[in-house]
Amino acid sequence: MSQRFIIPKFQLPALVARIGVHLPQWPHAMTLTAGLNAAARMKLLPLDSLALLEGRSFFVEVLDTGGRACFTYRAGMFRPLFSAPQTPDLSFRANLSAFMQLLARQEDPDTLFFNRELSIEGDTELGLIVKNMLDAVEWPQLPKLPVFSN
Amino acid sequence: MLRDKIPQLICPAGSLPALKAAVDNGADAVYFGYRNDTNARNFAGLNFDDKAMREGIRYAQSRHREVLLAINTFAQPGRDADWQHAVDGAAELGVDAVILADVGLLDYAAKRHPGLRLHLSVQGSATSYEAVNFAQREFGVRRAVLPRVLTLAQVENVIRNTTVEIEVFGFGSLCVMNEGRCWLSSYATGESPNTVGACSPAKYVKWEKSPGMMSTRLNGILIDRFGDNEPAGYPTLCKGRFDVNGATYYALEEPTSLNVLEILPEIARAGVAAIKVEGRQRSPTYVAQVTRNMRAALDALASEGERYQVKQAWQAELAKVSEGSQATLGAYSRPWR
Repeated sequence: MSQRFIIPKFQLPALVARIGVHLPQWPHAMTLTAGLNAAARMKLLPLDSLALLEGRSFFVEVLDTGGRACFTYRAGMFRPLFSAPQTPDLSFRANLSAFMQLLARQEDPDTLFFNRELSIEGDTELGLIVKNMLDAVEWPQLPKLPVFSN
Repeated sequence: MLRDKIPQLICPAGSLPALKAAVDNGADAVYFGYRNDTNARNFAGLNFDDKAMREGIRYAQSRHREVLLAINTFAQPGRDADWQHAVDGAAELGVDAVILADVGLLDYAAKRHPGLRLHLSVQGSATSYEAVNFAQREFGVRRAVLPRVLTLAQVENVIRNTTVEIEVFGFGSLCVMNEGRCWLSSYATGESPNTVGACSPAKYVKWEKSPGMMSTRLNGILIDRFGDNEPAGYPTLCKGRFDVNGATYYALEEPTSLNVLEILPEIARAGVAAIKVEGRQRSPTYVAQVTRNMRAALDALASEGERYQVKQAWQAELAKVSEGSQATLGAYSRPWR
């Protein structure tokens, strides 16, 4: 782990978000829910935590790309929501670099939250369930691509 | 300084990936809990089910690391059996020790499972050698975790007057630290670590965003308000800013983390058996970051002895994950008595 690939903290130029918000948003929600459903199918997400997400709405916004995704979990599947509810049950907002650092387990969500790089709004307990569910995932070993190799 | 005088490093695991991160980064032992209110980090989605426990124990013990199971809340009226089953389960799983706080449960464990190694939890709130020796005499407790209210001199005094191993906290979020005796969370929500296994449970917490500001409420009580780029803390009463006689400030305590790297040689010299890292509620990333740097410091102490010096790189990574992005020696270094 000594020569890990490090994701730097960065912020994309404001122009990217200004254009991004005007692009169609449905591909983000489609991609995100497809990924989550794949993880659920691989049994990476614990069933007892998934059950607690039933019928709740989630909103993810990448601030510096202008990308937004809204989805729900219903009857065993993550499903895109094409019209976002007025107040989703849970919203995550951060710049792209923070989301990447989170997914790569390079930064701790509490650290990003304390440092105000990650904003979480809505049902706090639901947020904790999602955070703990993702923390408990044992991601399969990534293929040894040059960029990921140790 | 001899290698065998170096305290053990005890690291937190809220999930299997966190446990593996602790082991892979140099923890001598990990501690974890069941997915219920028998442990003081009873948060939704956190902790271990039976399958994860067995895999975690296998992973750690096959690498010659120890596994400690925290059953460190107090048995609630009419539900003694739940806590007793947790202890029976620990004996059956083959953990290296259980960490208990409730004297009734200590008594049960000592009588029912005489071979099971018992540690007195910090929630047991033993701050004197008399209390520690009582736990040894009555229940055969082998190690006690001291609350974070003692100065290093007071810790030394406990160690000089007991044969029980002493474990102290070395890193992690601080609160008012009146462990096992704090009722602030109960005051606000009716629930506390001792009773439901969580301080300021998430269902009572609300983060309210408004332009340029974020407000934190615990069961409706305004705890704090942060400007957009101001660091935030955990939503507990003890870390709130309150209006006191017309001035608004941290009336009880500032959000901060304990970090003992500066006084590691003194801690080792005092005869501390183990150093504990707080944070079962944190992610595997935090566990890896903290364990890695604490291990590096303890190894440096082992090899360099009196020439031990804190490295900037350790402190930088630890500061980053600290609550309030700042660290303190807490009660260990308190000049007044």
